[in-house]
Amino acid sequence: MNSERPGDRAPGDEGPFDVAAALRSYVIGLVLAALLTAASFWALHTKLIWGPGIGMALAVLAAAQMGVHLVFFLHITTGPDNTNNALALAFGVLIVTLVVAGTLWIMANLNHHYMPMALLMHLIPTSGTG
Amino acid sequence: MSASGSALAAPSGHYQKRILAGYGFWIFLLSDIIMFSAIFAAYAVLSKATAGGPDGAQLFHLDVAAIETGCLLLSSFTCGLASIAAAVRSQLWTQAGLGLTGLLGAAFLVLEVREFAGMIAQGAGPQRSAFLSAFFALVGCHGIHVSAGLLWLGTMMAQVYAKGFRADILRRLLCFNLFWHALDIIWVGVLTVVYLMGLAA
Repeated sequence: MNSERPGDRAPGDEGPFDVAAALRSYVIGLVLAALLTAASFWALHTKLIWGPGIGMALAVLAAAQMGVHLVFFLHITTGPDNTNNALALAFGVLIVTLVVAGTLWIMANLNHHYMPMALLMHLIPTSGTG
Repeated sequence: MSASGSALAAPSGHYQKRILAGYGFWIFLLSDIIMFSAIFAAYAVLSKATAGGPDGAQLFHLDVAAIETGCLLLSSFTCGLASIAAAVRSQLWTQAGLGLTGLLGAAFLVLEVREFAGMIAQGAGPQRSAFLSAFFALVGCHGIHVSAGLLWLGTMMAQVYAKGFRADILRRLLCFNLFWHALDIIWVGVLTVVYLMGLAA
């Protein structure tokens, strides 16, 4: 490996080990994740959010919770010792976004352009009846 | 070697290997997450294709999903505690943390299997509609990952007990930790996309 940058760190590792600091990280992560989960369940039934907007609120809360897990449980940071881990993660996020958004876009487009099968069957005159 | 002003010594030997093993496993986990994203995309496309059968709002129970979520989140936490215990070489606390992680993971699986069995019993199995096929594929795939994780966890408990905190055992523990935390991240997606959005619609 590159000996010019000595401080690479494995994902999940926190660096110089300190029990209190490590414990704090997991407790903070647990509390934040529990709060965000509770917020998701709350958002489901609240009248404070405009009905059609609830899905977006849930998506934002889920993304925030994934961030909490990455930072406090997996210890992925933006520090120089984490460049490789963060870059790999960024590439993963890019591919996940392309796969999910691309699929939804294409399938919505097809749904929009193609006639439902029942309607199509209705339009084609069947032989032998006329 | 030029230290280039850094106070850190160049990692070597076991520490170097730990970084490589962790990084390699991180790459594997990201590829696993990309596979999940394809199943998520399929579910999102098919979630309305109920073919006249039951939809999510009729089948899902919010309380079960909440307990499952609690089990997995707490197990992620205890898994982290076990990693701290391993870092300070405490056999007792490492075993306790891993054991608790396993119990919570098993509780999650029991709830999930009961949920699946209940759905199949009421005629809402994977063959009923495209929505249910996608549901069982996505949630089942996550469940299979949790099952594999439990097998791995049992193996790690035995290895830590029999071989102690050798460098190779600690590397495996690091990879197991990454795996278990990644499962919880995927569950956040499952909970949101399948259960919460299914019940909101």
